[in-house]
Amino acid sequence: MNNTNAIKRSLKKRHLKERIFKSTGFFSIAVAILFLAVLLTDIVNKAWPAFWQTKIELTVQLDAEKLDLDAYSSKPAIMAADFRWVIREALMNRFPDVKSRQDKRTLYALTSMGAEFQLRDMVIDNPNLIGQTIKVQFMADDDVDAIVKGSIDRTLPESDRRVKNKKLAWIESLESNGQITTGFNGSFFASGDSREPEMAGIKGAIIGSLYTLLVTLSLSFPVAVAAAIYLEEFAPKNKLIDFIEININNLAAVPSIVFGLLGLAVFINFFNLPRSAPVVGGIVLSLMTLPTIIIASRSAIKAVPPSLREAALGLGASKMQSVFHHVLPAALPGILTGTIIGMAQALGETAPLLMIGMVAFIADIPQSVVDPSTVLPIQVFLWADSPERGFLEKTSAAIMVLLCFLIAMNAIAIYLRKKFEKKW
Amino acid sequence: MVKNMNKALLSKPSGLVEQALKVNKQTTTEDALNIDYTATVGQPNCQNAKFSTQNVNVYYANNQAIHDVSLDIGAHEVIALIGPSGCGKSTYLRCLNRMNDTIDICRVEGQILLDQENIYHQKQDPVLLRARVGMVFQKPNPFPKSIYDNVAYGPRIHGLTSNKAELDELVEASLIKAGLFQEVKDRLQAPGTGLSGGQQQRLCIARTIAVQPEVILMDEPASALDPIATAKIEELINELKENFTIVIVTHSMQQAARVSQRTAYFHMGRLIEVGDTNQIFTNPAHELTEKYITGRFG
Ligand SMILES: Nc1ncnc2c1ncn2[C@@H]1O[C@H](COP(=O)(O)OP(=O)(O)O)[C@@H](O)[C@H]1O
Ligand SMILES: [Mg+2]
Repeated sequence: MNNTNAIKRSLKKRHLKERIFKSTGFFSIAVAILFLAVLLTDIVNKAWPAFWQTKIELTVQLDAEKLDLDAYSSKPAIMAADFRWVIREALMNRFPDVKSRQDKRTLYALTSMGAEFQLRDMVIDNPNLIGQTIKVQFMADDDVDAIVKGSIDRTLPESDRRVKNKKLAWIESLESNGQITTGFNGSFFASGDSREPEMAGIKGAIIGSLYTLLVTLSLSFPVAVAAAIYLEEFAPKNKLIDFIEININNLAAVPSIVFGLLGLAVFINFFNLPRSAPVVGGIVLSLMTLPTIIIASRSAIKAVPPSLREAALGLGASKMQSVFHHVLPAALPGILTGTIIGMAQALGETAPLLMIGMVAFIADIPQSVVDPSTVLPIQVFLWADSPERGFLEKTSAAIMVLLCFLIAMNAIAIYLRKKFEKKW
Repeated sequence: MVKNMNKALLSKPSGLVEQALKVNKQTTTEDALNIDYTATVGQPNCQNAKFSTQNVNVYYANNQAIHDVSLDIGAHEVIALIGPSGCGKSTYLRCLNRMNDTIDICRVEGQILLDQENIYHQKQDPVLLRARVGMVFQKPNPFPKSIYDNVAYGPRIHGLTSNKAELDELVEASLIKAGLFQEVKDRLQAPGTGLSGGQQQRLCIARTIAVQPEVILMDEPASALDPIATAKIEELINELKENFTIVIVTHSMQQAARVSQRTAYFHMGRLIEVGDTNQIFTNPAHELTEKYITGRFG
């Protein structure tokens, strides 16, 4: 028939269109995956060295007289003792040829500034070490670290190389003696920020982020869910409610730095809350996440089939009972997903926290929500801004930690979704 | 009206068949009703009325869905509400347990008395009313909970039992009355949503009777079910009428004939005719009723 032919003719065209559309889609996804892979490989590659730490093994004499300590010394006495000198002596013993003042200074810089604290802490833990001669693996300086990891090229001419020939010779001597080792960099996860790249750790920023998120979550979740329930289930339909709805949506579109300015003006300048503290950061971020959670919760509540409400009301449940016994549990997966998306946003947020002073250099690990601290994305920002080479790998490592947190949060979201999801 | 007159003027009658068609079409429009309707035919009143509704008008915003309906529902009778879809059966039914309160734009006028008390009185609490007047919906809507919890929910929120043993007993009794116990006794903790459609609807009935209401409203309870499940529901309704007053909306005239003692025929928001089910189906008094039950529209 005529018809069949006409259809056949158009069929070809239709199939072609479909094929083109499919391959365009496939291409887009491939490009997206490629970018993601490049990004991740780059970050992991750069970050990898940061998880390893070069150490120099030295033989130190903990001479009781020179340190003016004994096995019964109190902790304050040990704290006051001069361990820097012990390490310098050990280095001098290892390289007895070094004579000039300038060379000595270079020699002392083989170990990290933190080496003396490392030794001190060992002695505090075990005062019996006093009087003994022991082998200790000290944290190496970032230059040594860079040479050993190969991020400084040894074959470059001396004039172009940050580490000069003399120092390089010492390092190679230590290497050939087996005194240089590389181990997992546990202190990266156990210490706060530092001006010295080899001593700088992420723990301060992790704890700061956790405190900030805790404040954000405990403020925004209950308020947002209550607001969503009220707006969806109880609010009368009138102009005022419409106005509030529109403004919640507007709030979601406000640039985050504006919330930072608000936080600075209201919470710090007016209410005199502490600067740089997770409590203020958390309040500011909860303002930012509130609309996200409200909007997600409302659509989750809206998606609960009306038949469920009718079933409850038809049995004589009050409005409140129908909401809390049936609607809310059914909407919970959506609400939790929205909350975690909001939290993930808050975790990655930088701009508003800059405004409230969380960008300060803080070496101490915060002990509470009112202690000054920084957060992960700002730590990334701070390290990326530092000139020392060692901070480059730390920057990528911090990004990796941040990404791991985000992945973990998304995993939790998926888990909760699966757990609370019920079919009807 | 004006529009129709215009149409009549414009159209040129050409041939008998077309004219006949036109007349037939017109009977299904609003004008047909306006011509024929004066008042409800039959016996809208009862001797021992459980519900007594007088001059009920229901509006959705400015749209009137129920016009001046007066009807009594006798204690322990099964009354079927029939009529073409959109004629206001569900709307009328939902007035009886104030389920219409949940629709913002819905407004109910007139008097609805349950045991001589106005259920729309300010002091009347819809929560208490709905415990006395249960409802079964068109689409089975069990809670996404276990079978046990579905049935136990009503007694729990109303505090009908004082301990676990009593509650267990009540759940079992309700499931037995709903004819579901034999099928589910081994899996009371399984999700109610995992049952078949017919079982789910019987679970919803069990859930309703667990609250021990006086009246059960059913809005096309079998319309989403297959014939076998439908037969079971009908059988169940026949058993339940011993203890409950039942108002059932149905679009199946056979079903109305099988389960009800009285039948009310609605058309365009008006109660056209009400009477003994037998009489309505064998000897309808009103022209519209006759047209409906003979399948001329619906
Ligand atoms: N929630 C509602 N909002 C607005 N109009 C409604 C609503 N529910 C029903 N109606 C209208 O009321 C009339 C009667 O509907 P309904 O009672 O559902 O009829 P039936 O159950 O007999 O099919 C219809 O015209 C319908 O469009
Ligand atoms: Mg209906």
